[in-house]
Formats: sequence, C-alpha cells, structure tokens
Amino acid sequence: MIGLTVNGERRRYDGDPDMPLLWYLRDSLDLKGAKFGCGAALCGACTVHVNGSAMRSCVAPMASLDGAEITTIEAVSKSKDGGETLHPVQQVWLDEDVAQCGYCQTGQIMAVIDLLSRIPEPTDEDIDANLTNICRCGTYYRLRKAVHRAAAALKEERAS
Amino acid sequence: MNAPLTATRRDLLRYAAAGGALVVAAPLASCARPSSTEETESETGPFKGTVGPFVIINPDDSVVIAFPNPEMGQGVDTSLPMLVAEELEADFDKVETVQMPLELKVAEDGEGFAWKYVGQGSGGSYSIVGHWEALRQAGALARHLLLAAAAERWSVPVAELAAKKGVVSHAASGQSARYGELAEAAANITPPQDPPALKGAKDFTLIGTAQKMKNARAIVTGKAVYGIDAQMRGMVHAVMARCPYFDGTAISVDDSAARAVPGVIDVVKVRRPALDGPYDVQAEGYAVVAENLWAAMKGRRALKIEWDHGPYADESSDSFRAHCSELLEGEGQIVRDDGDFDAAMANAASVHEARYWEPYVSHSPLEPQNCLAHVREDGVDIIAPTQMPGGANRIVANVLGREDRLNIKVQPTRLGGGFGRRLSNDYVAEAALVSQAVAKPVKLFWTRDDDLQHDFYRPAGMHHLKAAFDADGNLVAWTHRLASASKYYRRPNLPETDYWQAELYPDDFPAHLVENYRLEYFSAKSGAPRGSWRAPAHTANAFVVQSFLDEIAESRGENPLDLRLRLLGAPRELPYDGHGGPVFNPGRLAAVLKLAAEKGGYGEAMGPGRGRGISGHFTFGGYVAEVVDVDVDENGNLRVPRVVAAVDIGTVVNPNGVAAQLESGVNDGLSTALRLAINVEGGRVTNENFDSYRLMRMADAPPVVETHIIDNGDAPSGMGEMGLPPLAPALAEAIFQATGKRIRALPIADQLKA
Repeated sequence: MIGLTVNGERRRYDGDPDMPLLWYLRDSLDLKGAKFGCGAALCGACTVHVNGSAMRSCVAPMASLDGAEITTIEAVSKSKDGGETLHPVQQVWLDEDVAQCGYCQTGQIMAVIDLLSRIPEPTDEDIDANLTNICRCGTYYRLRKAVHRAAAALKEERAS
Repeated sequence: MNAPLTATRRDLLRYAAAGGALVVAAPLASCARPSSTEETESETGPFKGTVGPFVIINPDDSVVIAFPNPEMGQGVDTSLPMLVAEELEADFDKVETVQMPLELKVAEDGEGFAWKYVGQGSGGSYSIVGHWEALRQAGALARHLLLAAAAERWSVPVAELAAKKGVVSHAASGQSARYGELAEAAANITPPQDPPALKGAKDFTLIGTAQKMKNARAIVTGKAVYGIDAQMRGMVHAVMARCPYFDGTAISVDDSAARAVPGVIDVVKVRRPALDGPYDVQAEGYAVVAENLWAAMKGRRALKIEWDHGPYADESSDSFRAHCSELLEGEGQIVRDDGDFDAAMANAASVHEARYWEPYVSHSPLEPQNCLAHVREDGVDIIAPTQMPGGANRIVANVLGREDRLNIKVQPTRLGGGFGRRLSNDYVAEAALVSQAVAKPVKLFWTRDDDLQHDFYRPAGMHHLKAAFDADGNLVAWTHRLASASKYYRRPNLPETDYWQAELYPDDFPAHLVENYRLEYFSAKSGAPRGSWRAPAHTANAFVVQSFLDEIAESRGENPLDLRLRLLGAPRELPYDGHGGPVFNPGRLAAVLKLAAEKGGYGEAMGPGRGRGISGHFTFGGYVAEVVDVDVDENGNLRVPRVVAAVDIGTVVNPNGVAAQLESGVNDGLSTALRLAINVEGGRVTNENFDSYRLMRMADAPPVVETHIIDNGDAPSGMGEMGLPPLAPALAEAIFQATGKRIRALPIADQLKA
C-alpha cells in the first residue's frame, strides 16, 4: 500500500507498483492536465511537482512515491474558496499568448514555476540550461519572454 | 460505395430558434479543400451548400461561435470566429468559440455524401482562404436578423439602426437592445431574398486587429481536452504492437503471457493493409486491449511476435541515398521543359552545378496518435485528434464496410499538434477495427516509438541543380533534377508518371523567370510510408533552390539579395497552376525580401564566426522572406541569435496569429535543419524516441524573432506553413558566411565539427 498526497488530498494506492505516476494521475484520478509525450522523461509534457520540485511523471513509478506530496496543474489555479485564480505564471502565459496547440504548456508551466522557485530572476542562460521541455509548435520565443515577465511579476508580488 | 464527398446545389438560408436562442446557418460559395493534402474531400468545384450553426446567440447575451476546422495550434479557434464576429458586430472579447463536430449530409442527387455546411479539414494553410466568404456571410446574416427583429419591435426602418458590440441601437429614439434580448425574435424573421451585403475592408473593426488565442485559459489550467483526454462510459484501452518492417507481417504470435497480465481483456489482430491498394491502417499489428492503459502497455511488452522483414528488408538510409544518386546518373521524366535547355547550356558562358540531400523527417506531434472509437450495430462514434474529420468518417466506413456514413459521428478534439500527420486517419481505422472486435468503446493509444516508427514521412530525396549564364550575366538556363520517393504513397489509381506532381511544383520560382527551364523527376523506390509534412515539397525545394542561388551568387561575385531581386524583377502576375495560385507575383516576393533585408540589417559587416543569410519563398499563396543570423564557435557549435521575417499574405485577419505561425515555422525549420532525420536500417525505422529524434529545445531557439507584415489588402492566404521554407536556406547561407562551409545535406548535425 502506497500513501501519497495529491493536490492536498490524501490518497492510498494498492495497484501495480511499476505504474508511472502519470497514469495514476490521468487514469485513476482523472487529472488530465499532465500529458504524455515520450514516456522516457525526454520532453517534459508530463511535468508535475513532487515534494515541491518538478518531476517528469511518465517515468516515476508509484512504488517510489510513498509519502510523496504531488501537485498538478489542476491545483495551481485553484484558490482557497474553490474558485479559479490564475497563478502569475499562467496569467503571463495568457498575456504573452504563448500557447499554440497547447499540449506541452501545462508541463512547461509546472517546469517554469519550479525554475522560478529555484532561480527567481533567471538569465537567458539559466533558462536555456534549466528549461528543457519540448514544444513541438516552437513557441520558445514567447515562452522565454513569458519566463522573464513571470519572474518580474513574482518579484513584484513578493515585494507587496 | 464510400465515394468522396460531393455537393450539388445551393441550399436556402437556414436558421432556427432553439431554446430562445438564435442559431444561424447561411449560404456560401466556397469550401475548405486543401489541395496539398492526402485526405482531401475531393470536390471538383466550388461547394454550394450551407454554412453550419456557426452562431448561437443565447438570451443571456452569450455568443458562441463554432469553428468548423480542427484546431491544432494554427489558431483557427480564434481567426475563423473573427470572420463571423466581424460581420455580426459581436463583442469579440465576450465570444466563446467551440469546435464543430463533423457535419455531413446525403448529397442532393442521392449519390454519396456531402458536407452539410462547409468543408472541415485543416491542411494546406487553407482555413482562412476557404472560409473567408462563408463565415463572414454567416455573421452578416445573423446581424441582419437581429437588426430586422429590432426594427420590427420598434417599428422603425432597418436603415436607421446600428449594430455594435452586441447591441442594436436606434439613434433617433435613443432605444437600444442587447442581442440576447432580440435572439428569439430574430429567429422568427422572414429570411432575406439575398445574402446581406458584406462590409468593405475599410469598415473592418475586428479583422486586422491582434487577438490572443481564444482557448488559452483552458490550456494553461489543464482543462483543454485533447484526444488523449477523451473518455466514454465503459471504454477500454488498447495499444498495438505493429510490424516495424515496411509491409512486413507476423510469422508467429504468442500472446499467452500478454493475456495473463492482470487487466488485459483481449488481444486482437489488425490485418495488414492490402499491398496493392490505398492504405487504411498502415501496418499489421496486434492490439492488446485492457481495462486500463498501463495494463495494455504491460501486455504489449509481454507479446512474443516474430516478424518477417518484409519486401524492403535490405533498405537502409544509405542504400536509399545511393539509389537516388544512381538514378540521377540516368535520364528521368522531364516534367517541364521551357525553351531549349540543351542549346542554352551548350552556349553558356558559365555553368554552375550542385547536389543536395534531404532525409526523411517525421511529423512527431507532441500528442501521439490516439482515437476513441465506439462501434455499434446502429452507428459509430469517433472522438479523435484529426485534421480531416471527413477522412476519418470515410476510412471508418471503408474498414467496417458500412454504407451509412451519417451514422458515423466524428468529433475532432483539439489536436496536440498536427503538421500534416493527422491528415491520415490510419489510427482511427485501427481503433474502429479493435472496437468492432471487442464490441466496446476502445481508446487506442500510440506511444512515442509507435509514432516515430509508423509515421508518413516527409519524402527524402537527392536534388541536382544546374544553371547557366550568358556572357552578359543573364541567367539563361536552369534545371532541377530530383530523385525521391514521392509522398504519393500507395496510390494504386495514380500512374507512377504522376508521382512528380507532389514533389516538383512546376510553377515554383524560378519558373517563368528563366527562358530555358527544365524539371526532371526520378521516382525512387522505398518502403517508408510518405505523406504531407508541413509545407510539403516547399520545405525541400526552397532549401535547394535558395541555397543554389547563394552558391551561384558567390561564384559570380554577386550579392545574394541582388541576384534574387534581379531575377524576380518588377511586380507582375505570372501563372501559378497549383495550390496557392492562380498567380505568382515576383514583385511581392521581392518586396518581402527587401523589407526583411532592411529590418534585419542584411549586408552589414559581421564579426568573425558570425554570418547573416537571406531567403524568400512563395508558399501556398503567401510570400515570406527571412534574415537569419548565426554565430558559430571554434568547436563548430552554432546558435541563431535572431531571425527577422517579412510576410505578405494579403489581407491579415489576426496579426498576432500570423506572428505566432511565423515563429512556429522558423523554429520548425531550424529544428529540422539542425538535427532531424529518420534513420532506416534493415527495412525499418530505427528512431525510437526524442533521444534519437532530437527536436529542438529552448537552448537552440532564437531569442529574437521579428515578424514584419505587409498588409496590402490583397485576397487573404493562410499562414500555417509559410514561415518554414525560407529558414533552412537562409541559415545555410549564414553558416557559409560565418565558416566558409556549404551545407548541401540536411540535417546539419555535426557537419561543422570537423
């Protein structure tokens, strides 16, 4: 039996311990914001937060997650009253109109939130080195602008 | 039986009241027929049907506009509704947009099926072009009805009323009414005799304004529904083990271990497509059906299948390249021959020659193929990420042997990328066959290796170019000889002498600009499935033609931009018989080249290890030029700090969307040029994932991409593909400027490392 917390709710899992977290989230919990892109931790479309850090959930077996705290994109915009309040990174994604097909963007956003928690004001080099999720539509130009803008927004939020 | 869709006559205007809402359908005179695509619906003339329920105005003032074509990132969830909203005078900020399901009807003559409203395929950068009139007409009709309802209510002439931002007002009396208040009455207005007049371009208030993608909020919150997210009550999951060898088949299958995996329900054989017919599924395979996806994946791993290596067991990337090279030594099929090429060549003052190679490449949409199919006695439901919902309907009818296509419902989801891959509906056919076998709704899912190894690849080919100048420096002869395996894959009804048509567009630049002009095609043999890949032959040929121009310019000591401008000459209309025609205006291509050169500082001195190249191309009616900068370090590592583009696609609907597609095309072109190639060994594709098919990541992406638009008021063309073709040749020229090394084979990979 594996016990874990997903988006603040305690869960118990007694299925196949080999099953990757991605399929537990998508198929067992119906949290479909994390996507499958490669199944080999190469593209990042499945990125969620495990114990506060970005993780590519397509290769994380459930057996490794006993006691883990998982946060998915679905919880990122949830406000305390149960309504939807966009995270500053999500808001910037709208302001810069980053998404095209949009399939990779939940993973990108989870990766960027993680990046900005580690490096609050990343340089272009930091972004190149740390943001390795694939966007097949090639939205990288706006994505980079959005990361800088999100960093500024979060800085302002911290200051106020 | 299941003939292509046809349409026969103009229907009457249609609209209706539904629950107090106004639901509008309107007449039209066009259809979406992407001529560059595999799965077109094959109308031979303009469609004369009706426009679908594009506008729904609810009593609460909410306005829903449906977009008929699948959204795959190209922005039709925004740009197509803008056409409706422009004429409707809706408040676009408050408009919600939704994907229309496939809508078919029995053709008027009873023979076959027709679009019920408009064509619904996404391909060939054709969505805006195809719906430019029809969707504005739908909006104009809705506005007319609302105005007429208000006129009736207030007993005033329609001419005294104005509609703006979802409100009808009467200036003289000061009365006004919101659309929601008028919707039900509008639905009961007698139809106008003729379609209401459309606005002139000078009166546009929405078309031409920058709009952000309508469904972006759903995307960033994880709520957008892609095919992979679709669900149906009682559905089971399936993954397939397909024969990896081109046209191979199973020698033996042992599924006992797979069936023993907890959760596995069944193992179903999906037969190979007939080798002498058009494909439906791509390859023979065994579907493991399970209660959940993970069990299906585990079950597939437990299958023991021995495959024969098929009729192409000896094919490899190297053997195919050698085959193309060998073909070029002989004589091919001359498909265009202007003037007297041989005489011009014999009398030339100078002759230039070069060969280029381009590999197979994969579409690799980030969302792999998938389909949810429920096959029942009384009908079929398909939910899938498909660019061609009509093709999905037809392929299901064919593989199941069903006559009644109206009972095969297709709902396209948002697509996690398309790039031409989902013009083919082979995965839909698979899901239907498996659902039929297990009599349950089946969610068929492809993994990344499935997707990379069972794609319909952009054709690989070897190009031989030769050009001659006379003593006065005039370009007097040009030939382009191409050996490739055409994207016309498994077309038994098409003679091989037609295969060139998908690979050499006969009116492409520099046709008509060189007096003695010859195109020669060599149809190479390959087992690799081929198909339409974003801007099909334009990607391959723009690289070759533009690169060759740069080589000529260098050897003549002429500036590459000057040479291009000299060849293009003044604005005039040249015939262009192909998608994007009927005319090609070399002046418009010259204009984007000049603008890109100006904005991109073309010709400025660059430091050591730096280079700047320029290229332009006419793609499906749109003119794009790009200036590409490159820095190459002493280890041969390159980066592209900036791309500056100029775009002329006529009237622009959404300049923000145009810029987004330009940026996408630039990065697709760069990603593909840098590292992408499908590798074939022993009659199968060996790439398995993104470690052996290395799509670009952020670190490779230019931090600056500028889009400069020439909005000249000409008829609109699309933008989905135009940004891609100029990138690779401009990059190659920039690399030459930086390093002195010519890139004549793609991908660049480590050619600069030596």
